[in-house]
Amino acid sequence: MAFAGAKIIQPSLPLIHTTTRSPDNTLLSDPSFLSSPFLGSTRTLRLTQSISPAQRRSASPVVAVSDVFKEKKLKSNTNLLLTKEEGLQVYEDMILGRAFEDMCAQMYYRGKMFGFVHLYNGQEAVSSGFIKLLKKEDSVVSTYRDHVHALSKGVPARAVMSELFGKKTGCCRGQGGSMHMFSAEHNVLGGFAFIGEGIPVATGAAFASKYRREVLKEADCDHVTLAFFGDGTCNNGQFFECLNMAALWKLPIIFVVENNLWAIGMSHLRSTSDPEIWKKGPAFGMPGVHVDGMDVLKVREVAKEAIGRARRGEGPTLVECETYRFRGHSLADPDELRDPAEKARYAARDPITALKKYLIESKLANEAELKAIEKKIDEVVEDAVEFADESPAPSRSQLLENVFADPRGFGIGPDGSYRCEDPKFTQGTAQV
Amino acid sequence: MASIFQGVGATTALSSSTSIDTKKFQLSSRRFFSVRRASFVVVRSGGDKRDSGSNRIGGRADQLVTNAVATKADTPAASTASKPGHELLLFEALREGLEEEMERDAHVCVIGEDVGHYGGSYKVTKGLADKYGDLRVLDTPIAENSFTGMGIGAAMCGLRPIIEGMNMGFLLLAFNQISNNCGMLHYTSGGQFKIPVVIRGPGGVGRQLGAEHSQRLESYFQSIPGIQMVACSTPYNAKGLMKAAIRSDNPVILFEHVLLYNLKERIPDEEYVLNLEEAEMVRPGEHVTILTYSRMRYHVMQAAKTLVNKGYDPEVIDIRSLKPFDLYTIGNSIKKTHRVLIVEECMRTGGIGASLTAAITENFHDYLDAPIVCLSSQDVPTPYAGTLEEWTVVQPPQIVAAVEQLCR
Repeated sequence: MAFAGAKIIQPSLPLIHTTTRSPDNTLLSDPSFLSSPFLGSTRTLRLTQSISPAQRRSASPVVAVSDVFKEKKLKSNTNLLLTKEEGLQVYEDMILGRAFEDMCAQMYYRGKMFGFVHLYNGQEAVSSGFIKLLKKEDSVVSTYRDHVHALSKGVPARAVMSELFGKKTGCCRGQGGSMHMFSAEHNVLGGFAFIGEGIPVATGAAFASKYRREVLKEADCDHVTLAFFGDGTCNNGQFFECLNMAALWKLPIIFVVENNLWAIGMSHLRSTSDPEIWKKGPAFGMPGVHVDGMDVLKVREVAKEAIGRARRGEGPTLVECETYRFRGHSLADPDELRDPAEKARYAARDPITALKKYLIESKLANEAELKAIEKKIDEVVEDAVEFADESPAPSRSQLLENVFADPRGFGIGPDGSYRCEDPKFTQGTAQV
Repeated sequence: MASIFQGVGATTALSSSTSIDTKKFQLSSRRFFSVRRASFVVVRSGGDKRDSGSNRIGGRADQLVTNAVATKADTPAASTASKPGHELLLFEALREGLEEEMERDAHVCVIGEDVGHYGGSYKVTKGLADKYGDLRVLDTPIAENSFTGMGIGAAMCGLRPIIEGMNMGFLLLAFNQISNNCGMLHYTSGGQFKIPVVIRGPGGVGRQLGAEHSQRLESYFQSIPGIQMVACSTPYNAKGLMKAAIRSDNPVILFEHVLLYNLKERIPDEEYVLNLEEAEMVRPGEHVTILTYSRMRYHVMQAAKTLVNKGYDPEVIDIRSLKPFDLYTIGNSIKKTHRVLIVEECMRTGGIGASLTAAITENFHDYLDAPIVCLSSQDVPTPYAGTLEEWTVVQPPQIVAAVEQLCR
């Protein structure tokens, strides 16, 4: 516990602690970053902070990635962080995420999909690292950048692509679109298009899980919820409100911050008084973890720990994954603001390339096996596009179908019948 | 006597949807929902004058019985015959409805500020935390946006939360959750997720509570797609609407009025559930249709006394369902009286009255002998000073004057 306190007072930046495979490329070893006035000022603040022994005792553990790794290394001499099957599964999922999003860009420019389309390129390690560890009953709550979270959770590429095409066969029947992917079957509780609004919903899902276990006495209900959101969201009240409630009631939830350093055009360092988001976990009485979000193996280790904690009823965890998006904020973003050198630095740390290298070097897979996966995914994505293209557009009758779960909510018409009983209603042409 | 008869009729209708033998009986069961309040509040016992004769109504009553009402099947119909009912206050009626639903369905829970140990700011949830535990009656931190969103997330995962705004106005802080997630999520998810929440709390213009605690929020919420809104006005309908709202799969906003919590009324001992979409005939009449809801119902009834003394025979309808409107009950009344006066506490601009005026014009224009008159509260932040506050909302003399004008 003293260790925890020390961590808070003196957090020599945690990424430096981590066993990074390519330390030269980490953001935080970049001298310009370290000398940033923002970090400097927070350090001064920290020094003026006095933490009483009592506080120190009550502070919850700050699990730095390095600690997790050290433990693992003690346990196994092989140093393999995952089995061959796991490796191939994660690799396939990351390839799927990347290939799917690249195809989305193509289709967008070809006029097959419209609106705001936010692509996930570069952040795959987070989605695959976390979601592939979940059970089907576990829930995922995402943001407007939600295609890949849905795919990782098992929503078929066909259904997601079709939704993007605005077709009836889409996972939301064409009524949701890019930023509103839902799947009740796979417990994808949605893409939420406004900043922060998904976090309370995720907290509610976690509450429902606890409620099932403790009130409804469903003893085997150990479902956890993952809430994904970005660095920009961490300055929004809903984030803080939900950290508080989740810790207060020990809800089985993991707050996964995908810190890609940019909220559209707002640099994380320009918008956040203390840019180390993970430190807000201990402030609310839950562990805060900082992990290299470009390294799926590290993400996976941290995720395992956090999900396990949640499942055991030990409460929430805040995980900050430091990552980077390889494309603009959305396909409508010219992406002129970000420094090309910064982009190049992160491009060199492509999480897929890194995993590939690891799999081959540790002899978990050979080139041919990975090629086969890439080929398979290409086919899956091609098939998804074909399927979406050939699917029918929603019919007019669909217009009024899902406004109310109980369509009597449309009311009683001047003739005394429920409006939903009007034959025109089922044709979608009724005045309501 | 009337209440005994209605009690029997009600139970029959509630417990069996198939064995009702005649059309006539179905009609009486429907009247139970819309007219029965008359026997409590209005001196007049009639109500039979109403010309309601179509089969459609029977169909609707049937649907209501099968879908919205799920009375315990084992309640013997005969045992209700001699029970006189019990007297309680409106907030106690809400509490009773809530408690019955929590007893019936363990998925029903309450989320809000001070709903648990404190018992709710107006004691609607008093004692429930003791009975059902802290998780089912969850005291939240003061974070309206987040606990409302939490209720929505819980509802998506199968619970049926009742979200209490300590004061209805506080829910403005949760407007995004209520609008984007509560209202729209069923649709954007392609119908995959239901949000069976009830959002409720004390609202309306109270006694010198100042602008922020005297909100008229109906107009703010009414255009959110996917949300139903009802306003209760008597202990009887408060309990019935609360239960119906909890059982509805739609998100429902239940408006309660701070000044009505202490209304006392005798309500039946038997379980009953009202129809969320149905208006309530308060006083049948011939000369003019007065449409109102919530607290203004009492201003209207006060005015009605004066009007009757002056020789007018107004028909008073508590529309109850603020979204959608019961255009059937409203239309039948207009077809009879050909004149409409709307009395509401809502804002004049974009309020419920404005929507109602539009709906009536669209549907019943040919039946109108005079332009619709709409008395709304003033478009001002509710002032603190008692006199100013009084002038903000519609007062009975204004209603009398408007009727005199309309019936000239």
